[in-house]
Amino acid sequence: MTAELGQLALIFALLMAVVQAFFPLAGAALRLPAWVAVARPAARAQALFLAVSFYCLVQSFVVNDFSVRYVAEHSNSALPLFYRIAAAWGAHEGSVLLWALILGLWTAAVSLFNRGLSEIFTARVLGILGLVSVGILAFILFTSNPFERLLPVPPDGNDLNPLLQDFGLAVHPPMLYMGYVGMAVPFAFAIAALMSGTLDIAWARWSRPWTLVAWSFLTLGITLGSWWAYYELGWGGWWFWDPVENASFMPWLMATALIHSLTVTEKRGAFKAWTVLLAIFAFSLSLLGMFLVRSGVLVSVHAFANDPERGLFILVFLGLVIGASLLLYALRAPAVRDHARFHWFSREALLLVNNVLLVVAAASVLLGTLYPLVLDALGLGKISVGPPYFGSVFAPVTAPLFLLAGIGPLVAWRRDDPARLWRQVRWLVPVSLTAAVVVAALWFRIGDLVTLAFLATAFWLGATALLPWWQRLRRREGWRGLRQPAGFYGMTLAHFGLAVFLVGVGVSNHYSIERTVRLAPGDSAELGGYRFLFQGVREFDGPNYGADEGTFEVYRDGERVAVLRPQKRFYRVQRNVMTEAAIDPGLRRDLYVALGEPLEGDAWSVRLYVKPAVRWIWLGGLLMMAGGLLAAADRRYRTARATAAAPASVNATA
Amino acid sequence: MLKYLLPLGLFAALLILLGVGLTLNPREVPSPLVGRPAPTFTLPRLDDPETPFDSAERLRGRVSLFNVWASWCVACRQEHPFLMQLARQGVTIYGLDYKDTREAGLQWIERLGNPYRAVAFDTDGKVAIDWGVYGVPETFVIDKQGVIRYKHIGPITPKDWEEKLGPLVAYLEKQP
Repeated sequence: MTAELGQLALIFALLMAVVQAFFPLAGAALRLPAWVAVARPAARAQALFLAVSFYCLVQSFVVNDFSVRYVAEHSNSALPLFYRIAAAWGAHEGSVLLWALILGLWTAAVSLFNRGLSEIFTARVLGILGLVSVGILAFILFTSNPFERLLPVPPDGNDLNPLLQDFGLAVHPPMLYMGYVGMAVPFAFAIAALMSGTLDIAWARWSRPWTLVAWSFLTLGITLGSWWAYYELGWGGWWFWDPVENASFMPWLMATALIHSLTVTEKRGAFKAWTVLLAIFAFSLSLLGMFLVRSGVLVSVHAFANDPERGLFILVFLGLVIGASLLLYALRAPAVRDHARFHWFSREALLLVNNVLLVVAAASVLLGTLYPLVLDALGLGKISVGPPYFGSVFAPVTAPLFLLAGIGPLVAWRRDDPARLWRQVRWLVPVSLTAAVVVAALWFRIGDLVTLAFLATAFWLGATALLPWWQRLRRREGWRGLRQPAGFYGMTLAHFGLAVFLVGVGVSNHYSIERTVRLAPGDSAELGGYRFLFQGVREFDGPNYGADEGTFEVYRDGERVAVLRPQKRFYRVQRNVMTEAAIDPGLRRDLYVALGEPLEGDAWSVRLYVKPAVRWIWLGGLLMMAGGLLAAADRRYRTARATAAAPASVNATA
Repeated sequence: MLKYLLPLGLFAALLILLGVGLTLNPREVPSPLVGRPAPTFTLPRLDDPETPFDSAERLRGRVSLFNVWASWCVACRQEHPFLMQLARQGVTIYGLDYKDTREAGLQWIERLGNPYRAVAFDTDGKVAIDWGVYGVPETFVIDKQGVIRYKHIGPITPKDWEEKLGPLVAYLEKQP
């Protein structure tokens, strides 16, 4: 019964999405207030139906209803409850339903928090979100129904892919989808603004907090994914340039560009058409990512069950949504006038550089991701474009970004004097260089110049990011200088987070050491000043797996600093072996031990790593996320909205 | 007006590309090497730089698969469990570790298991050029005379094996 209830709720949600799309949009065009008023209740009802539907799916997993095909294929009665719940979004059908639910929640949020927005504008935004929802829900119902029954009912399920039986991966998709799908909100704002022709500053102000929140979730989702890859996929790597990772990284780059260009549009009234285009691009890349991952055109570790029919559906959907948006853009954007003028050396100009670099970075990732597909389409074969490409393309594009990110906020709007800025920051050049050399010499070793340059860039970015704090402290009397809007702190925090991330990348990439050794019980191995003493392996049973668990005591200068218990698990239902690395985490270094293969006698081959500062990578990600949320919480957005109620100026004439 | 249409034009081109990508699945590309003797080479072995992998000696006398892979290749990772299964079934598989570092290659084998009789280590990819490798993974079927009989591009799936490679290997096994 539960599954049928879920199915029914899903159908109601689709009907409600149709209502939410048609009446408000038509009402806004025909000026029918009664139709316009449908928007909010329809949006909330749709979200409610989706929540019911999703709850039914989770419930089917909780009670082990293997008569539901999706449950039977991705769960098992021995699977712990937490992973049974997470399994609901562990494969294609359920994850699209989660996508739809999150879109419903974002839509409901827009319907609740829209003080100051005109009725018509809100109706248009909700109507556009409704249109997107119609597409996604039709996709679920017609090609990927998670509520399909299975006859005869199997006695037990197929179990969840062991790679996904992990806390990091259980929480990673919801966060990531919050970010992906959240991009639909600025997209809807942009399209509504194009439709109404009020492509003004108010539009940018309304969509900024939404974009910031979505961006923060996307940042968190990617950070979680990278953290998961680090401890679960092994090798101690944290980013693999896998097509699926790229699918989340491209919208992130575009959203980052969008956040920055929205600032210019809001504060200076410049880049109006460009900002709209970025909002369209950010959401387009989210949809494109969905297509790449789920249609089977690319090969990836994460690939979902591939089905050309689904691929075709998403492709048509993609074509309609993005094609119509870009057509609307082509029709309306020429009428938009940017009145603001700015000098080549001004904050506007630097933000333009930021945008160009970020868009180029996103385009190069897109190129690398699609290159195998291009060859494939031309009949030249399937290939895998590896890190060699991305490494060499990405560095030159991002290096200037890191050097300029801290500078940007120090430059005045409209026009500034390069000499003034240089006087302000020149003392930081020797400081960052010295800091890089000192850090390298003190804790590691002076390696190559590239590493030093990397560290110096990171310190430069961190120092320039925090420089405004220092200046405000000095310039005004004491602590009162720090009374700044939340947006200011959010920005500096996010830039500082980027610096922390860079330190993590530089140090862990260049100073990590590793060793593969053969160890019998009682043996020990040295690595980077740590002594790893192998105590042997014992067998034990987990809920749905059997495992060999090794015990390692780690000593430094004769003192025990950690006990690590890596495992080698054999999952009974899916019959595959997983290595669970054991990690002693720390801000200074991670100690990472993974069991290899059993050798003769009681000996094992063992991999040991000492990875300094690797945590900083994710710490940086978390700081960026916190910065985004802080900026979104700025009081300006709440108080200013009431005053921005009436569209200030109509710049575009249709 | 024209510059505002540019994004739409680019998107249309992308859409066509994606559409073509969806309909085509050209994992089998005719290779000019099919039907010819396998290019010979001598490379160090992955597990031991001192021991050479001599193709003239290895890829002859029995039907074998010659699998080109790399530790940085995500598609190879997807293929790997199936190679393990084939190896357990007694299929002879040789490997060519392509543009990789020895450390990463060895870790791959150690972590995921070794389906290969032996792996040649082609760090600069020169041998792969002789073999006409587009990318990784690729797998060649080599008969008892050391002649390439088939080239498979992309990961081998159980379906590929049942429909194409498996029957071919079984047929070649029966040949003298």
